[in-house]
Amino acid sequence: MGRQLLIDNINQTGIHTLEGYRTYGGYQALEKALRMKPEDIVAEVQKSGLRGRGGAGFPTGMKWSFIAKPPGVPRHLVCNADESEPGTFKDRYLMQRKPHLLIEGMIISSFALGANLSYIYIRGEMMAQFHILQNAIDEAYAAGLLGKNILNSGFDLDLHVHCGAGAYICGEETALIESLEGKRGNPRIKPPFPAVSGVWDRPTVVNNVETIAAVVPVINISGEEYAKIGIGKSTGTKLISACGHINKPGVYEIELGVPVEEFIYSENYCGGIKDGRKLKAVVAGGSSVPILPAELILKTAKGEPRLMSYESLGDGGFATGTMLGSGGFIVMDESTSVVKNLFNFTRFYHHESCGQCSPCREGTGWMEKILRKILDGRGTIADIDLLWDIQGKIEGKTICPLGEAAAWPVAAAIRHFRPEFEEYVKNPQNIKDVKHYYRLNNLQEA
Amino acid sequence: MPEFSTEAQELVQRIIKRYPEGKQKSAILPVLHIAQAEFQGWLSVPVMDYVASLLKILPIEVYEVASFYSMFNLKPVGKCVIEVCRTGPCWLMGAEDVVHHIEKKLGVKEGETTKDGMFTLKTVECLAACGSAPMMQVGETYHENLSLEKVDSILNEYKTNTKEHISHWDKKHIKK
Repeated sequence: MGRQLLIDNINQTGIHTLEGYRTYGGYQALEKALRMKPEDIVAEVQKSGLRGRGGAGFPTGMKWSFIAKPPGVPRHLVCNADESEPGTFKDRYLMQRKPHLLIEGMIISSFALGANLSYIYIRGEMMAQFHILQNAIDEAYAAGLLGKNILNSGFDLDLHVHCGAGAYICGEETALIESLEGKRGNPRIKPPFPAVSGVWDRPTVVNNVETIAAVVPVINISGEEYAKIGIGKSTGTKLISACGHINKPGVYEIELGVPVEEFIYSENYCGGIKDGRKLKAVVAGGSSVPILPAELILKTAKGEPRLMSYESLGDGGFATGTMLGSGGFIVMDESTSVVKNLFNFTRFYHHESCGQCSPCREGTGWMEKILRKILDGRGTIADIDLLWDIQGKIEGKTICPLGEAAAWPVAAAIRHFRPEFEEYVKNPQNIKDVKHYYRLNNLQEA
Repeated sequence: MPEFSTEAQELVQRIIKRYPEGKQKSAILPVLHIAQAEFQGWLSVPVMDYVASLLKILPIEVYEVASFYSMFNLKPVGKCVIEVCRTGPCWLMGAEDVVHHIEKKLGVKEGETTKDGMFTLKTVECLAACGSAPMMQVGETYHENLSLEKVDSILNEYKTNTKEHISHWDKKHIKK
């Protein structure tokens, strides 16, 4: 097991309280940061090589350096706690157990950005964690860690928790900003980027929960030390939420660079495939990233061991690689139908499309209908080609990345598992009972 | 016009203060959650009009938001709304059996309410509990690692103990 910088002591009783969190060294990074200059904190985060942990992997220090500073205009930091990417459950775990880690990261990051009013946008379904965060914020105010003149530094910060109400799209940063303004979650056209014009048209930085939490260890151990952990440009630790057909599902903190094979089979992590079955495929970074068959997730096309890092998982591009994404690691055993799984994901994206852009609104619906037809035993070979065609007409043609998120799983499933689609078409008599499946997915039986 | 309890009105005023002056519309999502807690788990037109008056915005601004987000019910629901996760990892781990079992046990289909007004069955998208799939949510509570036996005992418990509507924003967080 590698170093734990985020989930260390997470099972200690009372660590969700201010007193408990302080017992294990909590708020020491804040004291240190408040003695630094804000620009030095930004430089420290740049040195750390920390990359956005929500899925895109954009360098955090660089994102911070883009924030506009027009005189007299307030700036805001908004934490994206709208964790909704299927397969991803690390942020909920962190907020449930260590709410003060996120709050400490929010105070340090707000100080670095010159924000005096910041928000944590948590998805509405996580109402239990919403109240846990509110209690922790109340404790922090009472202890002088929030409000006016924090720890006699002269820095003022108001921090509030805000809840969503059920919409995957609000995890996209401009949709999240619209939602925070009290509107439907329709993504905005960029530019202008939020760093110039975000919430209430003010300069805004939106960062994922894990990214903001990671700022705390960066300050504690220094950017330079943080950058020594991991491999290449994949520095530091990453929370991986592992699920599906494995013996030990859960949230693991890894040093980036652990071999995928070790992650799946070691007792320190997933503990191998459930019931002694064989590994069939993995969706390595949340439902949006390309699915890879067992041979390509364990080894790259060049035959090198695949590592849990941004670069290694991306090796080979989408032809033979995938993405680290949000760290939602979904494992499928040999009994899984890739076609059914794809139908489930596609139905999800159709349901969650905000409807602004026609390629996404219409395309996701058509892909769902065609997959339904194939599962029904009424599919043709031309339908498989049509699916391929439609996904290519969504990708890159929408305001926000939900289009790509919907297109990539379809492309990858056909790329790597085409014979399975053809089997559904050629031998419909072999299709197992899918009646429950239709009901689950809100469909009329054929 | 319907009206919130005194405690809820005070809470709403505290929430509005979290946003800059003139930006009170930002409070709409939390206030609509509180509205569902105050009014039997759903948003009628008079309730949405009341929320508009609290936030000093037009009723249409409330309707367009309420109809966008999946947690808002625009029709009456049972006292206990069961929301079973149907997405990806939960499906891999047997969510369809859970939904089918609940449908048989309650005699309703997905989206329907039992005749006695006790249960509404919904299916929802990924609730970020994929490591403990399959799972379902009732109010703010997650019920995880479900087996069909476990589902039976959870439903029986709600049937015995539910006196008033259970909402996502639990009433205990309004009263304090």
